[in-house]
Amino acid sequence: MSEPILAVENLSKHFPLRSGLLHRVSGYVKAVDDVTFTVHPGEILGLVGESGSGKSTVAKTIVHLYGATSGRVRFKGRDVSQLDRQTARWYRREVQMVFQDPKSSLNPRRSVSSTLEDPLIIYRLARSRREREVIVRTLLQQVEMSSRYMYKHPSALSGGQRQRVAIARALAVNPSFLVLDEPTSALDVSVQAKLIGLFIRLQEELGLSYLFITHNLSLVRTIATRAAVMYVGKLYELGTVEHLFRYPVHPYTRTLIAAAPVITQAEERVKPTMMSKEGEIPSPVNPPSGCAFHPRCSGAHSRCSEDLPPVVEVAPGHLVRCWRAEELVDPSEGTETRVNSLVS
Amino acid sequence: MAERSLLLDIRDLQVQFRVYEGLSRVLDGVCLQVREAERVGLAGETGCGKTVTMKAAMGILKSPPAQFPTGEVVLAGKDVLKMSPSEILAMKGKTIAMIFQDPLSSLNPVFTVGQQMFDVIRYGHRRASGGRHPTRAKTKQTAIAALESVRLPDPERTLKMYPLELSGGMRQRALIAMALVNRPRLLVADEPGTALDVTIQAQILELLKALVRDAGIAVLIITHDLGVIREIAERVYIMYAGQVVETGPAAAILDAPQHPYAEGLVASVPRLTGEVLAHGIPGTIPDYTETPSGCRFHPRCDHRMDVCVQRKPLPVETSPGRHVSCHLFNGETRR
Repeated sequence: MSEPILAVENLSKHFPLRSGLLHRVSGYVKAVDDVTFTVHPGEILGLVGESGSGKSTVAKTIVHLYGATSGRVRFKGRDVSQLDRQTARWYRREVQMVFQDPKSSLNPRRSVSSTLEDPLIIYRLARSRREREVIVRTLLQQVEMSSRYMYKHPSALSGGQRQRVAIARALAVNPSFLVLDEPTSALDVSVQAKLIGLFIRLQEELGLSYLFITHNLSLVRTIATRAAVMYVGKLYELGTVEHLFRYPVHPYTRTLIAAAPVITQAEERVKPTMMSKEGEIPSPVNPPSGCAFHPRCSGAHSRCSEDLPPVVEVAPGHLVRCWRAEELVDPSEGTETRVNSLVS
Repeated sequence: MAERSLLLDIRDLQVQFRVYEGLSRVLDGVCLQVREAERVGLAGETGCGKTVTMKAAMGILKSPPAQFPTGEVVLAGKDVLKMSPSEILAMKGKTIAMIFQDPLSSLNPVFTVGQQMFDVIRYGHRRASGGRHPTRAKTKQTAIAALESVRLPDPERTLKMYPLELSGGMRQRALIAMALVNRPRLLVADEPGTALDVTIQAQILELLKALVRDAGIAVLIITHDLGVIREIAERVYIMYAGQVVETGPAAAILDAPQHPYAEGLVASVPRLTGEVLAHGIPGTIPDYTETPSGCRFHPRCDHRMDVCVQRKPLPVETSPGRHVSCHLFNGETRR
């Protein structure tokens, strides 16, 4: 396999909790804890998890909106965990981010064209006003928007159009990597479908790689090459979407896929058996010991509450963090039947 | 299945809003029926008129800006549009109850769950028994039983808690308990569980389905999430720009939609099986002050014919219980 474009190694981000009169640090929220994954050139890595799982914190730590507590991030072979001025300038052109809500990520008082010109000015990508205008038109064309929106303000645009402007802004500096944090969650499905089509087209035409963060399992299955599943700050399973969705191993992954709302019979049939009891997502302030999923897991052993399971490779490129990984996986017999017998 | 009697019957509902730009024709001839103990879904994208339909059905449409609605909204034999405010008040909570998308904003943050539940129970009791108050012990007992029925752990303690102390899933459960405590005949749920995580949402939908089935309560679910419809509704109405475009058995419509809009909408939903996603529906929802003539979907439709611009399509029954409002299905021009 090719060299990864992005390598995240043992990344942690702990937020201090302060309390009392003197504002002493009384504990830590382990929003991201020892997360390791890579993204290869031309790949879309889907990062899935429920709210509070730390997926957005991973994104923000990668783009240096948060400083990492520990661990390393490497981009195109260069260590970008600590940015000096020169590396920062290079890294910020290479990696761009698109946020969930374009209404709050775009400045309401600035027109589309002035929003898109900013990066061109900052990175001196155009010599004259005339040239900037040409580039802005091209950018709008790239995101399939008519140039008549150039002098409009975000309030005059629909949700889908606003998100297109946000994407155009990210593309303005010719990045090679985009971090997309729930870029379509706030939109209607017919608009989402159009944007997903755009993301795929841009990725192919411009040779981009994406880290695509979402809570929508079906969307990850549709768009991503590989998927990583996060729960309470840790990565619990990672693999190609074909393998992960066909043979999910970790009980949380199974539960997540089984709970995904679907609309057809065919989808219902590919769902694994749910492996959870009723319960809530634990708070990252005081996460359960051992495997964080053990209080909700219907197949938990006593060991699951004591020690954090190690990561095992159950199939080439398919990594799982579960004490019972070996038992739960058995592709020769078909995972489904095997698991059913274990649960009942 | 035996024919159940009609509980909610909305006929040819028209609602207009007076806005700065002129007259906004929001609902144009909406027909919708819910039978006793039936689970019905109302689906559509943002701005299609789902919420306005629901508000009209509950008699809580604010006028102005809403112009006097025309048509009929018959709920349990009475026309809601002709009711006096006191009649509407009497109907709420007893015949019809509601749960909203965001449980935090529909619970009062400064009162405990118990205080709010007791109010609902006392109100229902007074209505049912001609003004008599239930005893304190009876009220509490009813509340605890209601919280137990939604499987909230430790109901006694939950009653003493403030909404902020509960998690999202627990709040939604408390709200469901509150909505069902006076045994309404129709429960209207606006985007239930949409604000929750999928594993929690799955639990809530399962619970809701079981509760209404056991108690024989009819449900009208309003949502943009077709997955929720599939999970809970027997029948579905798909709305576009203030009109119902297709209605029928939920599973049949989601597996093979017939109206071009419904087709585009269903094809836009990403699949767990990983099929390549369709590219959405071209164009955007029309401006309600200048709605397109004829079929409101015609400017965005791939199958547009001359007749679509001229005349509004009437519902055609394509199979038993399934109606499509599209000229493609009008006999001579069937594709």
